[in-house]
Amino acid sequence: MSAQVTPTQRLAARAWLALVFLFLYGPIVSVVVYSFNESQVASVWTRASLRWYAKLLEDRELIDAGWTSLQLALATAFSSVVVGAWAGYVMAQYRRFRGRTLFTSMINAPMVLPEVISGISLLLMFVGMEQLIGWPPGRGLATMWIGHVMLCVSYVAITVQARLSAMDESLVEAAKDLGATPLRVFFDITLPQIWAALLSGWLLSFTISLDDVIMSAFLSGPETTTLPLVVLSRVRLGLDPEVNALGTLFIVAVGMVVIGQGWWVMKREQRLARSLGVPNGMSSLPVGQRPAPFS
Amino acid sequence: MANIGTLITGTKLKRFVPSGRTLVIATPFVFLLVFFLLPFLAVLKISFADSRLGIPPYTPLIAMVNDKLTLHASLTSYLAVLTDDFYFWSYINSIRVAFVTTVLCLLIGYPTALLIAKANPSRRAMLMMAVILPFWTSYLVRVYAWIGILKDQGLVNDFLLRIGLVDTPIHLIQNSFGLYVGMVYSYLPYMILPLYAYLVKMNPSLAEAAGDLGAKPWQVFTTITLPMSLPGIWAGSLLVFIPSVGEYVIPELLGAPDELMIGRVMWVDFFNNIAWPLAAAATCVMVVLLLLPMAWFQRLQDKEAVAAA
Repeated sequence: MSAQVTPTQRLAARAWLALVFLFLYGPIVSVVVYSFNESQVASVWTRASLRWYAKLLEDRELIDAGWTSLQLALATAFSSVVVGAWAGYVMAQYRRFRGRTLFTSMINAPMVLPEVISGISLLLMFVGMEQLIGWPPGRGLATMWIGHVMLCVSYVAITVQARLSAMDESLVEAAKDLGATPLRVFFDITLPQIWAALLSGWLLSFTISLDDVIMSAFLSGPETTTLPLVVLSRVRLGLDPEVNALGTLFIVAVGMVVIGQGWWVMKREQRLARSLGVPNGMSSLPVGQRPAPFS
Repeated sequence: MANIGTLITGTKLKRFVPSGRTLVIATPFVFLLVFFLLPFLAVLKISFADSRLGIPPYTPLIAMVNDKLTLHASLTSYLAVLTDDFYFWSYINSIRVAFVTTVLCLLIGYPTALLIAKANPSRRAMLMMAVILPFWTSYLVRVYAWIGILKDQGLVNDFLLRIGLVDTPIHLIQNSFGLYVGMVYSYLPYMILPLYAYLVKMNPSLAEAAGDLGAKPWQVFTTITLPMSLPGIWAGSLLVFIPSVGEYVIPELLGAPDELMIGRVMWVDFFNNIAWPLAAAATCVMVVLLLLPMAWFQRLQDKEAVAAA
């Protein structure tokens, strides 16, 4: 089929892809462009200015919320990687154990479950727990932290599981035969091989947490509010040019990190492929760039 | 480390190694049970309670009345959710919106995934990264950007007015159009990814052989490409459909103000009306509705894991 691609077909294919990417990137470009717009009316271009960035620096509400979000995202990223990698290891390592179906269901379900459901459920449980055992004392960082970890664990678990399943088992067996304890096998053999998966899991968890609206809305307390919650409440009131500036900062930061990490993983895989003699292009997509469920 | 290792494996302690296995499995298991399954039981419990004024805003299920332990379960909330037209139509409309979103994502996503899968291998990785990249940047900001593009004085209307295609701005947000633009925009990557994963794995020589044997391109597509990508179609569709049913932010920001979607109804019940038992019952009904598609998704994931191993 590929032999008979006519120039018209090629043109049509390119046009289609161009349209799809315009659809995906148009809004992002518009946010960046309008963040430099002087005008108060967000969509009327007057002239270039850094006015909204300056205003951003003086906005205490946003800065406080941003600080909370950052702490939360860091805590979430580290804990999700630990719990998620652990769960992924269990799924890859133990083919049979009692309750395996329940275990994998609990890993897969949160990826698709509407967040409104998980948000309400966790909140109601926390309220019940507080009545019973006095913990958690109200809602705040701790409750949001647990909620965010629940959002991220599945992605990390599945990325790690996929990575481990693709791993050469003979290495582990050789180590075991040579008398290494399971713990040592894990730290010396398994861990070095799943670094890339852990890194991308960490990044994904960090961005999911930083971005989360629904779970935070249910689990935040009166004292603690996150950046997306502030943004949502402002957007509800109408367009706010400051949000454009904030969004641009986000886009630049995330874009740089993700592209950098993708590049790093791609180089690493190429190096790995070369040293193992695997032809290039075997894995067309670096692990870190594959969204978790389909790694 | 090595010494301790040989010490453990070399002595009677070895017998206890299987208990290490149990511990390794049990730790994340218990975590998931406590923070994933237990919350559902909490919702189930509160869905049988009655609303009341106070903290917490629901009656206890088990209480001591005159020194007797009494169970007070009420079906009021379920009756309300199941008989009230308002809830009924919210569910129907949510499913309808999720279904239309899924179909639109499939119609746009399938050709896209196919074209990327057929692209030059060196370019594929870059194109897929370009599909995923927006998905990493703030979801709220991206949805918000559509307001600026689609509102009456927005970019699209500005353009249409300038070229004289319309005389007055056309309403593009706070209606179904805005809702679907936002939904398709946000969920499209979830459709493209699994589709691509299956399409790129496909052996091109099959299609070539069919072509050589005289099959027309559309015949090749319907007899080879489409059936072989079916698991990807299901995975992508479920990945779009299930979360769409409960979507809150997009209908809130881009949809019609009176667009009834169950996620929104639950939100209002919970936060504005403080009707927790009602919101809990609505949640339970929604979980039941989504159980079948979620079991399906689980089955697909299992197959995928088995195939990978």
